[in-house]
Amino acid sequence: MAFTFAAFCYILALVLTAFLIFFAIWQIIAFDELKTDYKNPIDQCNSLNPLVLPEYAIHIFYNIMFLWSFEWLTVLLNIPLIAYNIYRYSKRPIMSGPGLYDPTTIMNADILSYCMKEGWGKLAFYLLSFFYYLYRMIYVLVTY
Amino acid sequence: SCSVFRSTLKSVPHTQNLLNKVKLPFGLVIHPFKDLSSLPVISAGTIVRCKRCRTYINPFVSFLQERKWRCNMCFTVNDTAEEFLHHPVTKTYGEPHTRPECTNSTIEFIAPQEYMLRPPQPAVYLFLMDVSHSAIETGYLQIVCDSLLDHLDHLPGDSRTRIGFLTYNGTVHFYRMSEGLSQPQMIIVSDIDDMFIPTPENLLVNLRESKSLVQDLLHQLPRIHTSDAEGEIDTYSALGAALEVAKKLIQPSVHLVGRVTVFQQSIPSIGPGDGGWGKPPQAPSTQVRDYYKKLALDCSAQQVAIDFFFFNSHYIDIATLSCASRFSAGDLHYYPSLHVVHNPLEAERLSRDLERYLSRKIGFESVMRIRCTKGLAIHTFHGNFFVRSTDLLSLANINPDAGYAVNLSIEDPLTDMSAVCFQAALLYTTSKGERRIRVHTLCLPVAKTPADVFNNVDCVAVVTLLSKMAVDRSVTASISDAREAMMNAMVDPLKAYKETLPQGMTTAGVYVPKSLSLLPLFIQCLLKHRAFRLGVSTRLDDRVFAMISLKMQPATYAMYDIHPDLYRVDDLHEEVRRGPRPNPEIPQPNILPLTAESLSQSGVFLLDCGWRLYILVGRLTPQSFIQDVLGVPQFSSIEEPMNSLPDLENHASELLHSFVDWLQDSRPHHAPVSIIRDDSRDRHLVLSRLVQDRTESSMSTTEFLINLQQKLT
Repeated sequence: MAFTFAAFCYILALVLTAFLIFFAIWQIIAFDELKTDYKNPIDQCNSLNPLVLPEYAIHIFYNIMFLWSFEWLTVLLNIPLIAYNIYRYSKRPIMSGPGLYDPTTIMNADILSYCMKEGWGKLAFYLLSFFYYLYRMIYVLVTY
Repeated sequence: SCSVFRSTLKSVPHTQNLLNKVKLPFGLVIHPFKDLSSLPVISAGTIVRCKRCRTYINPFVSFLQERKWRCNMCFTVNDTAEEFLHHPVTKTYGEPHTRPECTNSTIEFIAPQEYMLRPPQPAVYLFLMDVSHSAIETGYLQIVCDSLLDHLDHLPGDSRTRIGFLTYNGTVHFYRMSEGLSQPQMIIVSDIDDMFIPTPENLLVNLRESKSLVQDLLHQLPRIHTSDAEGEIDTYSALGAALEVAKKLIQPSVHLVGRVTVFQQSIPSIGPGDGGWGKPPQAPSTQVRDYYKKLALDCSAQQVAIDFFFFNSHYIDIATLSCASRFSAGDLHYYPSLHVVHNPLEAERLSRDLERYLSRKIGFESVMRIRCTKGLAIHTFHGNFFVRSTDLLSLANINPDAGYAVNLSIEDPLTDMSAVCFQAALLYTTSKGERRIRVHTLCLPVAKTPADVFNNVDCVAVVTLLSKMAVDRSVTASISDAREAMMNAMVDPLKAYKETLPQGMTTAGVYVPKSLSLLPLFIQCLLKHRAFRLGVSTRLDDRVFAMISLKMQPATYAMYDIHPDLYRVDDLHEEVRRGPRPNPEIPQPNILPLTAESLSQSGVFLLDCGWRLYILVGRLTPQSFIQDVLGVPQFSSIEEPMNSLPDLENHASELLHSFVDWLQDSRPHHAPVSIIRDDSRDRHLVLSRLVQDRTESSMSTTEFLINLQQKLT
């Protein structure tokens, strides 16, 4: 049993993924609040938009770490999400600040349900990757 | 009534499956604040509403025994209050279903205290005028000031109403109107990147108290800003800075609600919200796009709406600027290339439109909630507003000419219901400071078979809704996508209809349900409409405004624009007393097919295009008509351009006048008349609107139908 760089990466990724899971839950709750009234879309978008880029940054950051530690399979598993994030951000509505959500279009039923599904999808992805990182961490620790 | 609240499907399909099968758009078209001649207004101590979903009591609730009623939206059983059992007019007891709330599908309540978040605020009207060099050149300022002078007394409001003026070119000019001054004082602020209000007082004055000062200012404004003024020519227009400061001005320590009216001629070229504009059709930078949208959201939150009057001759990117109105529930008007001398028709339109604009009703601080029976859900909204939640629109201002539409979806099957209801409730503050609620309720039967649905379609509502959806599609995708979608929106339902017919009965023909018989024609009109046409050069601003007006107009008015009406008007005396209209003296000629075949050399034709009325005079028109109606001896002496009908005292002239007046009164905006000779260059103005004819880039109706038939088989 040895504490390699790869193991360190997995521990880091575990912690960060926990954060991302919180982000995803936060996002789902926010959209649900929009759906069931009571929340003003302007406030909601203002609280969600600043989180979008940090989320991407965290995700990309630990993937670079994986790249560094030559964990090819893990990087490969994450590439679809990175690609999706880039695609999603390039198709964002016209706005001057950072973020994805435009208060004037967010209440459209299609967009709202899409955002909802996106939130659930991300939550599932992060949860699965959380357990995967946990397994890989133990595996790396035990093997080397 | 049908013009206030209409559904595209007069029988609602019972499942989303059935709706998908018939492939027709399902939605509501609403004209909530329409000027109504008879509107029951009641002032109740408590307004009876469902305790669960807050639906207002309406004629379609069911009364159960023992003082209970069942809500028709969420089916909760409510108690009937003791006082509700008394009828206010007939003084009878125990017959709640005869009360006005339960007998009128459109009703207005005077709201008690608990419907106000704060006491009604004083209203403010702020006018922003572009005085850049090119704007002054058009001479519009004189028209606007004259209209304002004439209608100052008609501005809706109470004794607290305030008014203010700002003008701007490269700098922003404030006008201080205080009691001590003999005349209004102009203050120039040139620091447009960091706007501030130069003096805290007297920029917004009380309209009743300082009327003479306001009149003074309006007399002087056109003289202060003249095109031959000495000094440098200022071609800039700091619209962004002016709007910014207008927002600050309305939101001082006392809260005001109100309306900002902007007259814009040149492209905003300096200060915030400028720049990024290259030559058209290059898109401006995202910074600019966002600027006007953010501004609108701020204004909407402060209950201020921004209305625009555009009269540009060059590209000014209406698409971007209009965001300021779209999201603050404002109104937009467009007078392309207005010029007092070179384009008097547009000048006439502006002054006549201002007449209505300044004196029409206005509601402040309003919200509109649309409730549907459980199982139905609102999918998309169309119009000018900010969507606050899934069924709530925030409207800083509401005016009688604004139309809205929603797309609906069926989330849960409606199988065990026989009818579904929709309720649009508009809560607003009148200009007199009263809080009121206008409630419209609509009840529709549920259909279980495709045939039922097809036989009860409101074709006009379908076309209106389709046009709004097509505008959305052109913005998110492209115009050719939108055109294709419209074609599909016509072909798919007809295909579905054919499948419902018994096998063997169908041959190769086009089968159209009676209620949809006009759909192909209207779709063809839309495809040739300024907003969606391809192959004909269309200025971008013209196209964008056509789209905006499709989005914000109520169905009746939009239809004038979509499908022009052609009438023959040289033999009107035969047409009198034809239809069961309110005024039997007004002639009602038949609407002719929109094709050149309807025209003839010996007739006079009137084409009603919504924004304009064209009268085409044939070469062989009877002498008597030319003399009696046009007031000239013969055809060859008709002068061009001729933009008004002379007032002549004879029967034929009076008939035509009454008909034209009737047409003009049927819409909220002014439609000027132009008389066109059969041999003039302007003839194409009429011919280009005859949509059933073939042009270089579009099909005739026959070709269109053959094409449709091929698609169906």
